Amino acid sequence: MISAVDLSYSVGGKTILNGVNLTVERGESLAIMGMSGAGKSTLLKCIAGLLRPTSGTVIIDGVDLTLMSEADLNAVRIRIGMVFQNAALFDSLTVYENVAFGLRRHRRLPEQEIARIVGERLAMVGLPRVENLMPSELSGGMQKRVGLARALALDPEIVLYDEPTAGLDPITSSAIAELIVKTRDQLGVTSVIVSHDLSTIRRVANRIAMLYEGKIVALGTVEEINSCPEPIVQQFLTGSTVGPIQITA
Amino acid sequence: MASSVPSDRLHERIATAALAPGEIAYRSLDQFFEFLGDSFLLALRTCGFILRANVDVRDTLRQMAFIGVASLPIVVVTVVFSGAVLSLYMSQLVVKWGVGGYTGAAVGLSIARELGPVVSAVVVAARAGSAIAAEIGTMKVTEQIDALRALAVNPVQYLVVPRVLAAVAMLPLLTLIADVMGVAAGYGVAVLNGVAGESFLSSLKAQVTTYDVTMGLVKTLFFGAVIAIVGSQQGLRTSGGASGVGRATTNAVVKSIVIIYILNFFLAYIMFGGKTAFL
Repeated sequence: MISAVDLSYSVGGKTILNGVNLTVERGESLAIMGMSGAGKSTLLKCIAGLLRPTSGTVIIDGVDLTLMSEADLNAVRIRIGMVFQNAALFDSLTVYENVAFGLRRHRRLPEQEIARIVGERLAMVGLPRVENLMPSELSGGMQKRVGLARALALDPEIVLYDEPTAGLDPITSSAIAELIVKTRDQLGVTSVIVSHDLSTIRRVANRIAMLYEGKIVALGTVEEINSCPEPIVQQFLTGSTVGPIQITA
Repeated sequence: MASSVPSDRLHERIATAALAPGEIAYRSLDQFFEFLGDSFLLALRTCGFILRANVDVRDTLRQMAFIGVASLPIVVVTVVFSGAVLSLYMSQLVVKWGVGGYTGAAVGLSIARELGPVVSAVVVAARAGSAIAAEIGTMKVTEQIDALRALAVNPVQYLVVPRVLAAVAMLPLLTLIADVMGVAAGYGVAVLNGVAGESFLSSLKAQVTTYDVTMGLVKTLFFGAVIAIVGSQQGLRTSGGASGVGRATTNAVVKSIVIIYILNFFLAYIMFGGKTAFL
């Protein structure tokens, strides 16, 4: 179980998260939706222990991440898989080496065993026969799948997705969304998905949290959010330029 | 009374204008010390991993090949031509003064103590320091550094340690080769300009000691560390996409060359006997 308690994050005098309270139950998938710049990715990185919140705490299975040293955090991070917005594959390594990266560093396994796990994970994300390619030789959608395979290599209990379908065509987006659902159902992982893509969110989420100006303004199941009277939520769902959310661009 | 208002404003404006250069100086000084502190901390953390023998040998060897072996041609070419041109001037001078035999000593000492170490370091800073900053900087802006951390791998241990070890190990070797080639080039140019080969060699042997060569190489240990630490520091602090990577790369080269020159003076002062021990 993941909880964020009164989580705030500011950088350079700018408040990005302003008292976020959120709980993610084991095995559920929670989508965090919101405008670009609402602090979604920052929230995800605080949960992953990649950013230290300015105040408040992140608790994973009863353990407070905010007080941990970098070395202790690594023990927690091994249990968390993270899929980055632009995949963030190591571009000097092959696909195989990318997926094997965590295994090589944290598990003492014979090469055959590593090869078996890498093959299995790549097959699961629907990408057989790409082991020897470099990340730059893959399309954006394929890179995201490899990113997911890499995140799953160490059998994480939690998978965090940062904009998993941003910049992808609708069909590839659906395939990625199906993969997120499949990962949750087959491996029983807890998923947190940050996205502003409504169709992805509706496909993958058990519950949705709406983040606006660094705060959670609505939280509920897909149906509850759809019928939420909160004007901020309704404006976001309808994509209207008229409403409480001011477009500054 | 009415006229004093604009005059007050004028004073204000003068005061702000006078403050501005001070403010700019303060800010850049502030940034410089922040950079120094950050680099120093990075160096400490790197040493921590090295002392705990937490080193990836394969990556270190790969970096040694890139920083060392691949830099050899350019280091040799620059030191050879520096030695050659130094020998040209020196030969003309000493032959005119009738002390032609000293060419070997002058060229040998200059190369062993200064030209070899400093020129090699500057060339490696330009070639490898920039590459370190660009590579790590690109990894930073494309979230690959975050991906490393998310996979419970410390970026300092994985990226910085091999580069620092490689630079510290390879720069002295490069410099030693460059020293020998530079002196050889100096010899050739001296002979072509009327210096007797034998006297070149005998003054070289008499005046250039093992101490001179060794201390020249010891300097490069520090230079190697500076190049890799500054390159890594600039890379890890990169923000702002492609232009940020460009800035980091430029800064890495500029800052490491400036530090190398300043450090070189103080190291030389300690090693080769400055008269006043002001340190």
